[in-house]
Amino acid sequence: MTIAASKFESLELRGVGRSFGGTDALVDLNLTVRAGEFIALLGPSGCGKSTALNCLAGLLPLTHGQILIDGKRVDTVAAENRGFGMVFQNYALFPHLSVEKNIAFGLQMRKVPKDELKRRVAEGIALVKLEEHAKKLPGQLSGGQQQRVAIARAVVLEPRLVLMDEPLSNLDAKLRLEMRTEIRRLHQSLGLTTLYVTHDQEEALSMADRLVVLRAGRVQQIGTPEQLHNSPANWHVADFMGYRNLIDLDVTAVNGSTVTVQDEGITLRGTAVQPATVGEKVRAAIRPEDLVVVSPGSPVQGGNTTTATVSVVEYHGREFAVDVTTAGGRSLHVRSDHAPTVGSVVELTADPARVLVFRADLTDPSTLSTQEQELAEVRR
Amino acid sequence: MSAPAIATPKATKSTASLRHRLAERGIDTSLLMLVPALVFALALFVYPFSYGIGLTFQPTAAIQEKWGAGVFSNYAAFFKDSFVFDSIWLTMRLALPAALFNVLASIPVAFKLRQRFRGKRLLTILLVLPITLGTVLTAQGLLIFAGRQGWLNRFLIQIGLIDQPLALVNNYLGVMFSLVISGFPFAFLLISSYLSGIDPSIEAAAKTMGADWKQRFRRVILPLLAPGLATTFILTFVLAFSVFPSARLVGDAMGSTRVMALMAYRAFGEQTDYPMASTIAMMMGVIELVVVAMVLLWRSFLYKGSTGGKG
Repeated sequence: MTIAASKFESLELRGVGRSFGGTDALVDLNLTVRAGEFIALLGPSGCGKSTALNCLAGLLPLTHGQILIDGKRVDTVAAENRGFGMVFQNYALFPHLSVEKNIAFGLQMRKVPKDELKRRVAEGIALVKLEEHAKKLPGQLSGGQQQRVAIARAVVLEPRLVLMDEPLSNLDAKLRLEMRTEIRRLHQSLGLTTLYVTHDQEEALSMADRLVVLRAGRVQQIGTPEQLHNSPANWHVADFMGYRNLIDLDVTAVNGSTVTVQDEGITLRGTAVQPATVGEKVRAAIRPEDLVVVSPGSPVQGGNTTTATVSVVEYHGREFAVDVTTAGGRSLHVRSDHAPTVGSVVELTADPARVLVFRADLTDPSTLSTQEQELAEVRR
Repeated sequence: MSAPAIATPKATKSTASLRHRLAERGIDTSLLMLVPALVFALALFVYPFSYGIGLTFQPTAAIQEKWGAGVFSNYAAFFKDSFVFDSIWLTMRLALPAALFNVLASIPVAFKLRQRFRGKRLLTILLVLPITLGTVLTAQGLLIFAGRQGWLNRFLIQIGLIDQPLALVNNYLGVMFSLVISGFPFAFLLISSYLSGIDPSIEAAAKTMGADWKQRFRRVILPLLAPGLATTFILTFVLAFSVFPSARLVGDAMGSTRVMALMAYRAFGEQTDYPMASTIAMMMGVIELVVVAMVLLWRSFLYKGSTGGKG
């Protein structure tokens, strides 16, 4: 395998921002990417992740900040001269060119000599295992094959950086898993520095070395999958990381980092991730796996219990997924090792270390626009 | 084969009603919706067209005497009478450049109007507005604006740019202007819609692969747009080829813009020679068909599949 990434030491995004008219799509993104790293930009749609990618590719000019590679500015370089490869959500293959010619396109643009071009195109096709389809037009291929062409087309150029914009979101579930492994394999064998945009937290967690979680154009947290998974920085990140139970409560007692939070019909002890004071409104985040129905097999943990009424029971193989309603009418997602009767009152328990308590406010309200403040009001 | 032949079961007789079986083959009362179109096609196209073909083989005595060739006398006259025959060239000289110009000029405009900018809607309206003007209105406007005593010439003379009025109407140029005014909005609208059918991310992909705008246009956009350009060319060509009112009003009807439609009209209106008029009309159709067939032949070698956009 002779395809290899062109080398650089580090890519630095310094206060990168982009506004459209009066609205900020991306605000103050600071990120340093080391060569060979796989970074995922994660967030819901409209969070600015695609904007960030397009800014990097040069398809959108920046309105704030700088992008530097080894200290040299690249944000002033035209897209066609940046030497980045990009893979699009809808593949964006040239529909009138065969697989071979699609892959050869970038090499032709770079005036690569004919022999070398032939060799590299063949390598690119072999890399994504499309030898039998080399002469076909993109329209004759399946979605997964088309995406493989798009990836081959980007990597044969040996780009300094590969940008992927939700490359798997148009594929079906099975293909998505296969392609995920494929992309990871390519990344590892070629040492490509990759920036990967997705709204699928599972995809991001399984593929990336580091994740950047975005919300409303602002970075929420940057860290390794473990860091984000185990200690999210705020409830929004927690929400994205599978903490499905987000409960608004009042703080009734503070003891170091352990806080007691309470509301009508529910009392829990948890760990304050952000400083909390008595009387403050907070949001507790608990994974369904961490909030379990008390039974002989799963005893009360840390004296932390509360009661609720069972409303829905689903069989999940190893365990039961149970939806319960608290006395205050709040719905919670919990797990159980047995099937409780619908309508019965059960006792729930959670390890206080796994009950994360966050400030209810995500950001300093003064930095938000009026529109965003209104949105926040509606969501509350 | 030694294996016992499996008896193919006779097709079982359908128990469905005749009406049901006919409906399966697409024969049902919904076909009645085609009746108005069929009536119109038969009464206003098929019958007059066949009648016209018949007429061409019934030359008048005068034509037969002058050109001979029996029932083909009209065709002999068409090809041998240089006054008539030359009108092919005169029509082509107008229609081909006009169609080509309309198509080529529409491309950059359509490109520019694909982006978002202030006043885009106003500009689009201005470009498309001439479609609402009839040819006669356009001709009238041209005469008033660009005639020898028109505003343009008077203005240019007054500011001292020219001494003699420019001959912009009542000649080849006048007809050309009229063809562009009425044909351009049409070509522009068509090409815009073809262009919006091309997914912008395809061009973005070419950009990230290092293609500059010229390469992107030549290698990516043009091949995807070409079938649309061919169709647009055909339509504007056919429009321009049958030019009649403007050739008479702002052209030089018996000279440089003696187009085929005028010749047919002359045979019909001035010489009351219906068979000859029909013959000229038929030849117009044949020549248009030849051009259209050539363009379609060229188009058949192009990629015509999906272009990824909203189509």
